[in-house]
Parts: sequence; structure tokens; C-alpha cells
Amino acid sequence: MYNPQLNSHGELIHLLSTESLPARILHQILDRAAGYVAAGDAGEKKHSDLAGKSVFNLFFENSTRTRTTFEIAQKRLSADVHSLNIQASSTAKGETLLDTIHNLEAMGADMFVVRHAESGAPFLIAKHVRPGVAVVNAGDGRHAHPTQALLDMYTIRHFKGDFRNLTVAIVGDILHSRVARSQIHALTTLGCPEVRVIGPKTLLPRDVEQLGVRVFHDLKEGLKGVDVVIALRLQNERMNGALLPSANEFNQFYGLSREKLALAQPDAIVMHPGPMNRGVEIDSAVADGKQSVILDQVTFGIAVRMAVMSILSEARA
Amino acid sequence: MITLIQNGRLLDPASGHETVADLYLADGRIAGIGEAPAGHVADQTLDAAGLTVIPGLIDLAARLGEPGGEHKNKLQSELRAAVAGGVTTLCAMPDTHPALDEPGLVQMLRQRADGLGLAKVLPLGALTRGLAGSELTEFAKLRDAGCVSFSQADAPLADTRVLYRAMQYAATYGITLRLRPQDVRLASGGVAHDGQVATRLGLPAIPSVAETVAISTIVILMKDSGASVHLERVSTREGLEMIAAARNYGLKLTADVSINHVHLADIDIGYFDSNMRLSPPLRGVTDRDAIQHALLDGTISAICSDHSPVGNDDKLLPFGEAKPGASGLELLLPLVLAWAEQKRVPLAQALARITSGPAELLGLDAGRIAVGAPADLCLYDPHATWRVMPETLLSSGKHTPFVGMEMRGRVRHTLVGGRLAYTEPGAA
Repeated sequence: MYNPQLNSHGELIHLLSTESLPARILHQILDRAAGYVAAGDAGEKKHSDLAGKSVFNLFFENSTRTRTTFEIAQKRLSADVHSLNIQASSTAKGETLLDTIHNLEAMGADMFVVRHAESGAPFLIAKHVRPGVAVVNAGDGRHAHPTQALLDMYTIRHFKGDFRNLTVAIVGDILHSRVARSQIHALTTLGCPEVRVIGPKTLLPRDVEQLGVRVFHDLKEGLKGVDVVIALRLQNERMNGALLPSANEFNQFYGLSREKLALAQPDAIVMHPGPMNRGVEIDSAVADGKQSVILDQVTFGIAVRMAVMSILSEARA
Repeated sequence: MITLIQNGRLLDPASGHETVADLYLADGRIAGIGEAPAGHVADQTLDAAGLTVIPGLIDLAARLGEPGGEHKNKLQSELRAAVAGGVTTLCAMPDTHPALDEPGLVQMLRQRADGLGLAKVLPLGALTRGLAGSELTEFAKLRDAGCVSFSQADAPLADTRVLYRAMQYAATYGITLRLRPQDVRLASGGVAHDGQVATRLGLPAIPSVAETVAISTIVILMKDSGASVHLERVSTREGLEMIAAARNYGLKLTADVSINHVHLADIDIGYFDSNMRLSPPLRGVTDRDAIQHALLDGTISAICSDHSPVGNDDKLLPFGEAKPGASGLELLLPLVLAWAEQKRVPLAQALARITSGPAELLGLDAGRIAVGAPADLCLYDPHATWRVMPETLLSSGKHTPFVGMEMRGRVRHTLVGGRLAYTEPGAA
């Protein structure tokens, strides 16, 4: 089947989703990232992979952390970095999304890093850019956030070594989470034998088990024996209403506390894509506890984003 | 004047009768089959050797872009698309700008359509003023102005009391209402069927219950009010089961589907293909199979094009922002032929869903090949193949889920009231 992310040589030309990416590519990205981490530890931070390339960061939706880590990664690769904060929908702004893209192409863009509130927006862009221009999805709607998932995979590999004997639990608002979708695809591709999703029925999308996950509604049941626990952010606007009665009730039944975490493997690691709502999906005792690797995720995020952009810049036309 | 259509294969979908014979037309009607009406000779002859002659297609739902698109001559482009697709009669949807909610607007549309001499246009009146969902339009006056029924199109009718009153009022005049069954709140914000595909793609979903809850409300109000209702664009297996049950119970309930939903399902969205952004959304594969089945058992009596021209500015957008709709007038016939071929449906039975079936729903004396019937005819080459290319479509809307696909069956001539309304360029 046609895969918009790969060229005819099987090389990565856009990073849009972790779905339908071969394990070979995922490992290539993680290995390349490991190289940057090692170089950084040796004091070598700056690289020239993107020297002379113009990279545009197009954030049609708010972001602080993702955008900052992308900018740091780009600068470490010596790219010419241009960040546009376009926090209105493409249609409301008067200019269409594709007009914006074509204008920036005319200014010599080599790569677009795109965040957009609509699922699939980066696919539309990738379909219409000139050959040789790469698109990186920095989060689209509820669909995908592949660089976040890849940095999560890097973190898991760093602490656990291998995916092939792990049980991973993803907890909370799966329905609205692009992070969860990208994690599920990456984990299943990398051979993780059991991925669990845990949440109330209002926060789980229909037929989610067909993505290859086990569904739990009881957090205590779902955490038993797991090696990795990933808590997801619960958006403020979803805490009171028809999806959930209150943040308090959510915390009581689905929040990650020390007592509940004790049900997981003793050496289980705890992850969160950030930004955290302390006392809602995760208690401070856990977020700041010994098992937490949340700040490692942030550090690795830069190397992983460097790896993605470096690999994209090498693809043959 | 007598027109002779020579050597065509005549196919009457209602009876299933098929024969190679000459067809004589006089005074806008079919005057003789096999032999000339007594004492007449033909003044004009059309060679139909190798062609299949069927009643002109009757399309229950097409958007013609007028009122509102006069400056772009939309009515002309869409009615040209209609006759190029073999469609001789169509119902014009009322979601125009302004909405078809006043007799004057209806009369103007009919006059402009008549003046073009292409397909016959049967306007559907807006069910509520401005399609706003609160005040009924003047059903009786609008009917006298030419409206064949009343519909909200895809505009919401959230207030159940307004729906109830509309059914009571329509029943007063023996008018059948057309309703798109979709609960506004359950569908709110959704852009794709609530299933595995929407889950994978992270698209806000419209659950099947948005349709079934609406159908159950309509059925209960029908029982109380005695109204008759035609459901537009049913899309779910569960909805079809409810319709079959209501019909068995004896309610005057009929239904149609769009040709898109006969062929496609949510999996066809692929990588966010906005040509697949339709309303109702493409449902699951089991829903599509149930639609095909319901077309055979009679639960659904008509397939419509649901023709909705959408321009590039509204379609080349992320899936959720793209405007729903697709062009369909020029594809209705070959897509019905493809369904018949793929599913081994007898040709006459398949064609009945776009000819005699909708004619019966509308109470029209059309949709058949019989002496005395209107000479609305479609002559097509059943073997000709062609590829769907945006630039060759006559409609102003170039977007269709079937772009690039090969079709079998090409309209060569379309006659409306005995007059040639379309001849394929290059055809003799």
C-alpha cells in the first residue's frame, strides 16, 4: 500500500505518524538519537547536519515545550530556523493552509514542522509540498504526535533495554490523545507484547482494542505487573461535564498515586508527556519519585528530534 | 413530430422487460414500441444500435447552487451535468442562499430551469424558514408553487416540538416530509463514523446512535401524527432494521441512500482523503453491506446522487475542515451499473432504484418504458469505459470519491420530453 512517509527506496521523507512505519525506521531514529546523546555527553553539542537548510516551525496550535525542543534541536543541527506562531485556524485567518505553505516554499523552505488542531493536516501538507521538502508532524488534532512517541520509545529502551518482554500501561484520556495513538503504534511495531489502555468508557475511543491493546477500566487491575506506566494529560476543559464529573473523582479512580503504583513491577518506570496536572492524573509523590523518568523524556526529546530531522534531510529525491 | 429510436435494447426496469425494438416518440411521450403509431411515419431517427435505452434517471437529491450561484451560472452547469449523466428529473435541495422557503424563490428556480430545457427540476421546499429549525414555512403555498416535498437538508432540526408540528401540519395536506435522520447533539462536532477508522485517525466521531435515535423519534411521532415520511440518506445497519420494522408495522415510511454509501465505507478515507468527507459520514463495512441488502429487499426504494458540488477552496483542507459533499450526477448511472455487476444484481432491479423506484416515491408518471409514458430517456453504451477526471466533469464541483477510477457505461443521448437534451460530443 502507498505510504506517504517513505520514498521508493524505503527512506523516510516525512514523519507524519508512527503508524505503518517499519521497525527498521524506528530503530534507525532511536540509534541516531543515541549517537547525539553520546556526543552530547562527550561535550559535542553542535552538528552540521542541517547547515544551509531552512526549517519552518508552523504552530497553528499553542505549544511551548514541543516548539522549544524542536528549535533547540534545529539549532544544534545548524539549521536556519524560522518559527511562525499562527494560532488561528487556517480558514479563519483568510489565507488557506496550502497558500501559507506555498508562500513559505517560495521563500526557500526545506522542511516544515507542523502542529495543527485538525487531525490529518500534516498529511494534506505533505501531499502538496514540492518533492524534497520534508514535513514533520509536531502534533495533529487527536491523531498523532510521532516525535513524542519516539522520545518515549527512546526513554523506554534506555531504561528497559528491549521491548519484547515488556508490559506497558497507558492511563487516562485515550480518546483525545494523539500521544497515546502514536505510542500504541510504535510499541506494537517494536514488538511490545502487551500494551494496556486504562480509562473510563467516556475517555476510550470505540474499537480501541483493534489497535492491538488490552482495555482496562479498573486502574488497579490494569497496573498489575506492568513495567512501564504512562500517564496522559487530562485537558482542563474535559474535567467537568459529560465526559467526567470532576477532576477529583478522576484522580481518585484513575490518578497515579504511590499506593496504586505499588501494584506495578517494583522497577516500573513512570512517564508523562507533559505538561502535568499534579493531583489530577498524577500525584506529586509519583511525578517526583524515584521511578519517575519524566525529565529524562524531555532531555531525550531533543536528541530524538535531531535524529528525525537529520534522517529526513538525507532522503534521496 | 415523430422521433424513431432505432435498434436499441429497450429495458423497462419496473417490469424487467427487455427487448431489441424500435421506439416511437410523439408529443413528448412514448407513442409506440416495435411499431409506429397508426398512420404516422418518423420525421427524425436516432440510431441506437448497441445502446441500452432506459427511462431517464430520477434523482431524489441534487444541489444545483441556485438561488445563490447565479453569477457563476451554476444552474446551467449542474443541469448539464444531469443530462450528461442521463438524469431527466431531479429534486433540488433547499439549502440554497437564500433557502428555498418562499413561493417566489421556488417559481424563479422553476422558470430558470424550464428556460434551460435540460433536466426537469422538482424543488424541495425548506421545512423551516431559513432552515433555522424554528418556524415552519408555508407548506401549502409552496406546494402550489411547485415544491414536491419539504426538507431541512443537512440543517439541524433540534427542536422535537417543531418536528412534531411539522408532521401534523404536513399530514393535514397529505404532504410527505423528507427528513435526514441525525440527532444534532449526538452528531455534534463529528466528522467521521464512530468506528475503528475514526479511532485510528483521531477524527471526532458521529456514532450510529445519532441516526437511530433520530429514526426512533420520527417513527414515534409518525404513529401519533399519521404523517408520512421519507428518510433521506440512511447510513446505518441499525437504522435500516428500524425502518424495515416500521414498514412492517404499516407506517408510511420510505427511505433512500446515496450512491456513495452503496460503494464506500469509512476505510476508504485512507490518509484523510477529504473527497471522502460526506454527510452522513461513510459508515462501517457492515453498514455498507446492509445498505446493499436493503436495496434488494425493498427497505430502500431509491438511490440518489446526493450531488453536492464543492469547490477547491472548501475541499483542499484538513479532513475535518473540508466541506462535506461530492459531485455525483454524472456518476450515478455507471456506479449503479458497477454495483449490479459486482454484486450480481439483476440489471433491471438495480436500475429500478434510479428510475421506477424514485418515480413511485414522487408519484410521477415516469420512470418506465411503456406506451403513454413521458419520453424521458437515457441511451447508454453498456460497454464503453471511461475514467473519472475532474477536468472532464461538467459539474462546477470537481470533487468525487471516485476520481481516477474507471467506469463502465457511458451516456450517449438523453431525451427529455421527447427532445434531445444531451448528445455526447463526438457521438453520431
